[in-house]
Amino acid sequence: MILIKGGHVIDPKNKIDGIMDILVEGEKINKIEKNIQEKSEYEVIDANNLMVFPGLIDMHVHLREPGFEHKETIQTGLAAAAKGGFTTVACMPNTKPAIDDRTIVESIERKTRGAKVNLKIIGAATKNIDSDQLTEMGDMKEAGIVAISNDGKPVKNAYITRRVLEYAKQFDLILIEHCEDESMANGGFIHEGYYSTILGLKGIPRESEDLIVARDIALVKMTGGKVHIAHISSKNSVDLVREAKKQGLNVTAEVTPQHLILTDEAVESFDTSTKINPPLRAEEDRQALLEGLIDGTIDMIVTDHAPHARWEKEVEYAYAPFGAVGLETAVALINTKLVKTGLMTYSQLVEKMANNPGTIFKLGGELKLGDYADITIFDPNKKWTVIPEEFYSMGRNTPFKGWELEGEVLHTIVKGEFALKNGKVI
Amino acid sequence: MIKEKDLLGLRNISTDEIDEILRTAVPMKDIIMRDIKKVPTLRGKSMATLFFENSTRTKSSFEIAAKYLSADCTNLAVSTSSVQKGETLIDTAITLEVMGIELFVMRHGASGAPHFLGRNTKARIINAGDGMNEHPTQGLLDMYTMKDKKGDLGNLTVTILGDVAHSRVARSNIWGLTKYGAKVRVVAPETLIPVELQKMGVEVYTDVDKALKGADVVNVLRLQKERQSSGLLPSLVEYNKFWGLTSKRVELLKDDAIIMHPGPMNRGVEIMPDVYEHPRSVVDEQVTNGVAVRMALLFMMLGGKSGDDIN
Repeated sequence: MILIKGGHVIDPKNKIDGIMDILVEGEKINKIEKNIQEKSEYEVIDANNLMVFPGLIDMHVHLREPGFEHKETIQTGLAAAAKGGFTTVACMPNTKPAIDDRTIVESIERKTRGAKVNLKIIGAATKNIDSDQLTEMGDMKEAGIVAISNDGKPVKNAYITRRVLEYAKQFDLILIEHCEDESMANGGFIHEGYYSTILGLKGIPRESEDLIVARDIALVKMTGGKVHIAHISSKNSVDLVREAKKQGLNVTAEVTPQHLILTDEAVESFDTSTKINPPLRAEEDRQALLEGLIDGTIDMIVTDHAPHARWEKEVEYAYAPFGAVGLETAVALINTKLVKTGLMTYSQLVEKMANNPGTIFKLGGELKLGDYADITIFDPNKKWTVIPEEFYSMGRNTPFKGWELEGEVLHTIVKGEFALKNGKVI
Repeated sequence: MIKEKDLLGLRNISTDEIDEILRTAVPMKDIIMRDIKKVPTLRGKSMATLFFENSTRTKSSFEIAAKYLSADCTNLAVSTSSVQKGETLIDTAITLEVMGIELFVMRHGASGAPHFLGRNTKARIINAGDGMNEHPTQGLLDMYTMKDKKGDLGNLTVTILGDVAHSRVARSNIWGLTKYGAKVRVVAPETLIPVELQKMGVEVYTDVDKALKGADVVNVLRLQKERQSSGLLPSLVEYNKFWGLTSKRVELLKDDAIIMHPGPMNRGVEIMPDVYEHPRSVVDEQVTNGVAVRMALLFMMLGGKSGDDIN
């Protein structure tokens, strides 16, 4: 039994915000109270001056297995998740082969046996990601998928999206949509704006995202299905989602720390770790994302953890693959750049990184008696420097290399067991 | 002297550095005009041109500049290189570097490629054109020509006419000229004007007559013929009709204005043949000045001394 003593426990979903103790018995939370009496059989964690959150949930990671094990494996990806304070991560299906049937879902499930961190699987919406054929969503749901997505690409056209939404609705699966009109993007790879103009790099206008967001909102209205907008980046798209929510449509959205913190100015260095999709956008977009996050338009923060091998990213900017790693920096970035700066509170951090993904995708994300003890213990004041070579992830492609951050996850507890203890992955 | 290891563009270079390059190019031009066009200044210095994109003019210009200064210049053409075999840019450059190359002149189709290489080599790099980003030596030779013909750059109105969206020449011209306070106008069809171009400190036009009126210099950009198949232009004939530089349009310029083009020209598309032959066309002189400016840069970057020592 683990007794977490004297920490500042925060869980807005259960209206908890104060110094409390948590007793974990077996896999479950046994007590959340002030001053729980210590007993000799308890393993006591001194959480004085630390914050205790419901285990963080990341609905958007790429663990690259199967098919791209030179970039990341399930094992290294989950170690990075534990280090970053995530007790549950959901992996995207754009692997090789794609996660598009029960057999592949089950093969990944088998690989997670013995893993400390919960791995949830997102199945493809159409076979081989980019096709007209719906996947066996019902069968995959029985095997454990938590959502569907063709991430990396949008569902290919309006007609297929309509059918995906209608079909997925029967199994209560949310479509996580990568919103990019590829004809509008036209081979671009950074935000179309001042920096694409001066650097002579091909731009992707924000309207490339807006067009698909608008399409999907119309189709949600038509079908009654559910869409979750992946890694929202455009100010116009934030407005579209806000309006859809006002109409009561089943539309939710997520944003990454990189889009909340960086802008296209970072591309000036031609550092390929700034090459992500959707691209880092303009300051006005960043401001709109922050506003949308705070006013509830954007429901959650995700990492879009996208590891690549060093040699794949050490090339000319135009030739580098999209993506940045994020699991091991996310909570510290949000703490340093959003909470410490007064833009949001710790309660909001917990909402965006645990409560909301837990509620929307039915994955827990709260501190409740009798629930699984998924708990993240965070030192909000610990200063550290981002050194990619020290990551548990195989990916080193972070645009935050060398940044001084505040806040470190000390312990990640999953189902009552340590996945991370004293900053070390178990 | 050039402060940074590499000359990547005119965006991040000071007017002091540009002044010194242009000053150093003056005696270099004298050498080109001599009967014996060779000085021993860079004897024993070793450089290479790395051209990952086709080029005749720029490559020969650098090669000739190196020869006049007695530097040893190796030319690596993309068709004969290992790049085709999947060797990376870094590998190619480092292989030459460990053979003793001290300076690379590099052209590459990807914006930022020389910046990337520069971080990974000890050898100095001169950017001879990277994607749609910059072509600093063209910018410098254009500025040299304008200064030579028209005097103080700060007093000039320069109209850049053509496909600015895809032009590294335009970007280097804009960065360089605006540093001196020149008034820069840009004119092109809307589809060839990149977004937020005004923020570079230029006036943007789609009406060619308005943009040419009263200008001291017109710098005409080459139009890549494939632009018509990519939804940017209906036809070359229509482009020529509305944006081509004709002798009639030349009359809108100041009486003593000069006509420039970085070459190679598409006669009958962006410029009419009689405009190239116009008495105030300085297109051929730009080419000569290109050698002088490149000699100046090689001298400053390989000689390791102040450019003012050439005298």
